[in-house]
Amino acid sequence: MDAQTERRLFDFIAHEARLLDAQRFDEWLALFADNGRYWVPLRGGAQADDGSHNALADEDRLLLALRIERLKSPRAHSQHPPSSCQHILQQPALVHGDARTPHYELRTPFVYIEVRGERQLMLAGCYRHRLIDRPGGLRIELKRVDLLNPGATLPAIQLFP
Amino acid sequence: MTRFRRRADIAALVQDDRVHRDVYLNEELFALEQQHFFANTWSYLGHASQVPAAGDYLAVEIAGRPLLMVRQGDGGIRVLYNRCAHKGSKLVSDDCGSTGKFFRCPYHAWTYRLDGAPLAIPLKSGYEGTRLKDCESGRGMVALKHVVAYRDFVFVKIGDAGPDFESYFGDALGAIDNLVDRSPVGRLRIEGGVLRNVIHCNWKMYLENINDTVHPMSTHESATQAANALWQGQPADAPKPMAMEQILPFGAGYDFFDRMGGRIYPNGHSVLGINFSIHSGYAQMRDYEQALSDAHGVERAAEILQRSPQNSVCFPSLALKGSPQAFRVIRPLAADRTLIEAWSLRVEGAPALLFERSMTYNRLVFSPMSVVAHDDVHLFENMQEGLRGEGNDWVSLHRGFDPAEFGQTTLEVNGTNEILMRNQFRAWVKFMTLSMQD
Repeated sequence: MDAQTERRLFDFIAHEARLLDAQRFDEWLALFADNGRYWVPLRGGAQADDGSHNALADEDRLLLALRIERLKSPRAHSQHPPSSCQHILQQPALVHGDARTPHYELRTPFVYIEVRGERQLMLAGCYRHRLIDRPGGLRIELKRVDLLNPGATLPAIQLFP
Repeated sequence: MTRFRRRADIAALVQDDRVHRDVYLNEELFALEQQHFFANTWSYLGHASQVPAAGDYLAVEIAGRPLLMVRQGDGGIRVLYNRCAHKGSKLVSDDCGSTGKFFRCPYHAWTYRLDGAPLAIPLKSGYEGTRLKDCESGRGMVALKHVVAYRDFVFVKIGDAGPDFESYFGDALGAIDNLVDRSPVGRLRIEGGVLRNVIHCNWKMYLENINDTVHPMSTHESATQAANALWQGQPADAPKPMAMEQILPFGAGYDFFDRMGGRIYPNGHSVLGINFSIHSGYAQMRDYEQALSDAHGVERAAEILQRSPQNSVCFPSLALKGSPQAFRVIRPLAADRTLIEAWSLRVEGAPALLFERSMTYNRLVFSPMSVVAHDDVHLFENMQEGLRGEGNDWVSLHRGFDPAEFGQTTLEVNGTNEILMRNQFRAWVKFMTLSMQD
């Protein structure tokens, strides 16, 4: 992998997290491919990709759009006061992909903090991004969020870890 | 401080048509619930499919007591206190697993058979001439006396007071029958994991909301409006994605919820949506209907499938949905903290689509990342805080109150009637005070 491509991939991951932290959700959704999926499996990294186990979230573009539309509503009661979030990312690691294919897979350990009023929620885990390189730029085919404690009794998680 | 020592002190908290805010806020009442209410009522513990083989166990805490459901060598199920007879160490500390042929305490290696009987202890000679054999510590793990596995749903009653299983649930068990009979072979399996939420509100508040049909329009407005906005413009016959099929009906109006109807049973149980519900519109499957008719006869199969209640409450811990095959368990942790578990069921002998519906519904509606539940949770926590305000000590349950409702055991009403909640509180008083002095 040439350094330039690697730089481009890593910048994309950082850019994606920055859009979420800035709550630029429409721009964030535009980063997904048409068949893009956002997935937070209930067994975290141990979960096979076979649909036999549930997830905290498993959303296509339609459901992600629903989530984003809802957040814009003044009647989204749980957003009074509103939530904010911050993603803290480690350097991503390229686990798959070479210069001849348009597909890449990256792993990025993270810490995610979501605050609302007096409450603070912290989640940790590892992202697995599957990206496709297309004429219009990189797009997310899969953002898999493997939490360290996905099976724990969790309070409401309102934004996008 | 002991404010609630006598029966009359408890009874005064629940009037005909309203309840005192202390029932949600007061820590002493919570302690009394642990001691009396949950000892006198039947609580859901777990599903037999979670312990398929001998030695398999499920560890659950009910009303502060650590319990173990264990599959026996003869295929039966026992429930033991998860406590070593020696010093009290929990025998297992995982949520579930297999203990093999016996339990072995990690502390001093005392061992027990699967039924809790003592098997061996190290340094046995050191106990010669002592009274160990004649006391509780020598008798092994303590088994619960009142355990019933009704069609694989395992319930326990901790104390000896209170009614037996059949008299406690009575006709309310029809909700479990409806769920299990959806399988042509009469069997369900828990699969796909559990979604666990901790909500900072009293457990009774959560339970009331399961019977509340007036909140969806205002509480879930943001989610249903977003869903409608995304779905509008689609042709009427466009196939709805499963998520849309499940979310859009939350936006139904007051009239829809009123007409769905409700039924109360003695001891706090109820069914909401006896005529239809937001789950009635899910696409049917011909092959599956045929398989059910072959198994149960055409008439019973139609009865099972036409009945898709919004929620059936087996008071106080279980809320079932016949379709999508899913249920919630209410586990109180403190006066202001409640654990809610949402479980998915695979219906044996039925198409995989049913299981997909179960998991999708739980994920969309009961996940900590749900788009629907965020507003519920926010409002439960708001109420828990708001009730601390002075000036009004009472919570209103007046809607639909009719003095003639007293003395009725089973009663059918309109779907927005708060009698489903009044019924719960009347049962709450009954089982709180059943084993109290005076």
